[in-house]
Amino acid sequence: MKADPAGVLTGTHFLDGDQACCEGALAAGCRFAAGYPITPSTEIVERFAQRAPQVGGMFIQMEDELAASIAIQGAVWAGAKAFTVTSGPGFSLMMEHIGFAAMTETPCVVVDVQRGGPSTGLPTLPGQGDIMQARWGSHGDYEIIALVPSSPQECFELTLDAFNLAERYRVPALVLMDECVGHMTEKVVIPPAQEIEIVPRRYTARPPADYQPFEPGPDGVPEMVRAGDGYRIHVTGMTHDQRGYPEVSAEAQQRLVERLVAKIRGHAERIARVEETWTQDADIIVVAYGITARVALRGVEMARERGVAAGLLRPVVVWPFPEKRVRELAARARAFVVVEMNYGQVALEVERVVAGRAPTVLVPHAGGTVHPPEEILAAILAQAPAREVAR
Amino acid sequence: MLAAQASMSAIEIQIGGFGGQGVILAGLTLGRGLALYEDYHVSLTQSFGPEARGSACSVQLIVSDAPILYPYLSRPDVLVTLSQEAFRRFAPQVREGGRLLVEETLVRPEGVRPDLRLWAVPATRLAEELGRKIVLNMVVVGFFAAVTGLLRPESARRAVSESVPLGTEALNLAAFEKGYACGVSRLAAAGAETAFRPLPLTGRS
Amino acid sequence: MTARTDAVAANPVEAFLRSDRMPHIWCPGCGIGTTVNCFARALLQAKLNLDRVVVVSGIGCTGRVAGYLELDSFHTTHGRAIPFATGLKLANPELTVVVYSGDGDLVGIGGNHFIHAARRNVDLKVICVNNFTYGMTGGQVAPTTPLGALSTTTPYGCFEQPFNLPQLAESSGAVYVARWTSYHVRQLTHAFGEALRKKGFSFIEILSPCPTLYERRNRLGDGLEMMKYFKEQSLVRHGAPTKELGLTFQGPIAVGKFVDRERPTFLETLNQQLARTLEAQYAGCAGEHVRD
Repeated sequence: MKADPAGVLTGTHFLDGDQACCEGALAAGCRFAAGYPITPSTEIVERFAQRAPQVGGMFIQMEDELAASIAIQGAVWAGAKAFTVTSGPGFSLMMEHIGFAAMTETPCVVVDVQRGGPSTGLPTLPGQGDIMQARWGSHGDYEIIALVPSSPQECFELTLDAFNLAERYRVPALVLMDECVGHMTEKVVIPPAQEIEIVPRRYTARPPADYQPFEPGPDGVPEMVRAGDGYRIHVTGMTHDQRGYPEVSAEAQQRLVERLVAKIRGHAERIARVEETWTQDADIIVVAYGITARVALRGVEMARERGVAAGLLRPVVVWPFPEKRVRELAARARAFVVVEMNYGQVALEVERVVAGRAPTVLVPHAGGTVHPPEEILAAILAQAPAREVAR
Repeated sequence: MLAAQASMSAIEIQIGGFGGQGVILAGLTLGRGLALYEDYHVSLTQSFGPEARGSACSVQLIVSDAPILYPYLSRPDVLVTLSQEAFRRFAPQVREGGRLLVEETLVRPEGVRPDLRLWAVPATRLAEELGRKIVLNMVVVGFFAAVTGLLRPESARRAVSESVPLGTEALNLAAFEKGYACGVSRLAAAGAETAFRPLPLTGRS
Repeated sequence: MTARTDAVAANPVEAFLRSDRMPHIWCPGCGIGTTVNCFARALLQAKLNLDRVVVVSGIGCTGRVAGYLELDSFHTTHGRAIPFATGLKLANPELTVVVYSGDGDLVGIGGNHFIHAARRNVDLKVICVNNFTYGMTGGQVAPTTPLGALSTTTPYGCFEQPFNLPQLAESSGAVYVARWTSYHVRQLTHAFGEALRKKGFSFIEILSPCPTLYERRNRLGDGLEMMKYFKEQSLVRHGAPTKELGLTFQGPIAVGKFVDRERPTFLETLNQQLARTLEAQYAGCAGEHVRD
C-alpha cells in the first residue's frame, strides 16, 4: 500500500533530525502521538502538534512518560498508528510499556533521542548509552526492532521504516537517534507519496467465531482487530493463550515467549540491515552507528590515506544484530574496532559474534560530543600490521 | 548513504550574537540557500547547553562539496558576529586567512589578526531604515551573500522567502537587498570581486 | 442481590460474562463480583451497542474484571489503565470506555493519571472498587487504608492519612462523582447507568469487603459482617460537600451522588480550539482520520 499523500511533505527541505523524524511518522500514516517534554526530543512532538491537526491527526501531552507510552497503545488498539518520543530519563520510564507492547504484540514506535547519561546526565548533548537498554530494558524475554539513523535524512527514512516493521511483525520498533543527529540541520528529501511503501496493519478477514486474537499466522505473527469491531477480544500483559486469556503455567509461558522471540529471531536476517564502506578488502573492520558512524568513516578514510585497509560496517538496524554479516567478516578480518559513544555496548555483541576469531577493540566515549577522528585513526593504526602503516 | 569524502573541499561558517537577534534564523536561511539552491552538502548545528547560557547564541555551518562526516565546527573560515561578546569569544578561532563580518554599530573589532579580512555592515541602521530593527539578521544574510560570494543572490532570496514567517517575506527580502547592496558597494570600494565563484579549498582536516 | 431461585433460567447477565473463564479468582465474600453483576445489569438496561463498549483494567483483584466481561477488554499494566483508556477513547470517540480497577491501582500507583484525566475531562467512566487494601499482593497498606487499620505493612496500625476519593475526583475536575458500597446493589446499578450516559470524566467509588485480608487481619468477621457494617453505617447524602466524605476505621459512610455537573470534554475543547484557530486548515482530529 502507498502512503496517504495528506501526511507526506514531498519536496527537498532543510530540516533537523527531530523535524525529519516527525515527517517520517506522518508519512508512515501515524496520526496519534503522545509525549512528555524532554530535551533533546521535544521538537519532534512540537512539530507533530503543529502539523497533525492539519492532516487529521492529534497530539496529547501526557502527565509523564509512563502515560505517554501506554496512551499510544490504547490508540493503536482503537485503530491508529501511533508513536511516542523521549530521551534517556523518559526512556527509562517507558521500559514497562515496551514490555507491554512486546507481550500484547501492539505495533507502535518509540523514538529515543539519546543524550549523555546516566540519570539526568547531559540534557543537551549527545550520547549512545541506551543501545543495550533498548534491547533488554524491560523485564523478561522478548525481542524488539531498533534502527539507528546517522543523519536527518535517515531520521525521516528510518522512522518510516520503524512504523512498517512494527506493523509487519507486531512489535514495538525503536528509533535510537542521538542529540547530534536530532539537532543537526541538513538537506532532507521526502519523496512523493506514491513512492512510499506502507505496511498496513494486519487485520483479520475472519468472522469473530473463527478468530483468536493471538493465534499465530505461518510467520508467527497473529492477525489483529480493533476495539469496537465486534470481536470482543481480551488483551492482557499476563502470559496468555491464543484467545488472549491469562494462563499461569509453564507450558503457556513456553509457547508464548518462544513465539514472541522466534517471530523476530526467525526473521532476523531479513530485518537486519547494514551499510558497508570499503569492507571488501578490509583487514580492519570499524563498526559504528548513528552519528558516530560518520566520524568513524572519517577515521577510516584517514587510515586509507595512510595505506591501511580499513572499512566501515554500520548497523542501520542494530536490533536484531547483524550477526551473519559480522560472522562472515570475522572469517577474514584482522581486527574489529568498535567506536561508540558509550563504554562498550555494541562492542559486546561484536565480541560475542566474532567469538575470538579476531580481536575486538573498543573505542569508547562518554558522550557530550563525538569522537575526534584522530582517536579513531589511532585505534585503527594500532591494529594494522606494521608494514602497512606509512606514517 | 554515507560516502567517503575522498577529495573534499569545505568551509566552515559561524554566526554569533545574542538571543533575539535572529542569529539562528540567519544561519538556517544561509544553510537552506547553500544546501537546496547551490547543491552543497551543508550541516548546521546550534550551540546548546552551557555555552548557550545567558544571551549568547551561535550557529555553525559546514559547507562542502562532499558528504559531511564530522558534524562540528573545527575553526571557522567565515565568522559573523553581531555582538561584542561573540566577537571576543569566536574571533581568535578564525582560520588563517579567514573572513570576519561584523555588525559595525554592535561590534568594535579590536585586535583583529592581520591575516583576517574584515567586513563591516551597518545592519541595525539599514534595518531601522525599513522601520523594523528585527530584520537586521536578513540584512546580514544579504551582506554575507555579497561579500563571500558563496551563494548566488537568487538562491539567497529563495531561501529568505522560505525561511521567514509567512506574511513577512516582502519586508525580509527588502532587508536582504539592503544588506546585499551594502556588501556590493563595500566590495567595489575595496576593489574586490562580487561574482559568484565555486567553493574555495581550505585546509579543513 | 436479586438472585434467581429458578435454577433452569439463565442468569440475565450471563451474556455479559466470559463463561469459559469461570470460575473467577475472587474469594468467597469478596464484593468485586457483586459490582460486576451490577455493572452488567446497568449495561443491559442502558441498551448500548456492546460492540462499542470497552473495559480497561489495571492490575490487582479488581484489575481482573476486564478479563471476565464479554466485551472488548484490556488488562493493562499496574496503574496505567487510565492513560491506555485515554488513547483508546481519543483515537475512537465512538467507543464507550470504562476503566474498572482497584483503589491501589487507580489512586496509588496510578494517582497521577487519575487527577490528570479528571482535569482534562477525558470521557471515561472510572469505577474504583475500594477494599481499603492491596489484595492481590496479600494485604498491604493502601492510600485508602483508614487510620488505625492493620495491614501487613502497617502491623502496628495505619498512621497515614488516607485519600478522600470523592473530594480528590471533584477537585481534579470530574463531572460525575458518586460513592456506594457493594451492599447498595440497586443504587449502584443506577449509578452505573448514569455514568454510562454521562459525558466526561465520571467517577464511582465502591466500598467492598476483602474478607481474606482486610477483614481477617482487622478481626472484622467475614464478608457478611462487612456488608452489615455497610448497611448500618451508610447514610445517603446526595449532594454532600465532598470535603466531608473522608472515611474512618469502621466509622460512618456517606454514600450517594455528590457531583453531577457539565463541563466540556477534552475532545470537545480540543476540536473547538483547533477549529477556531486553524479554520479551514483543520482536518478534523480524533475519530475521523486518526484511525487508518
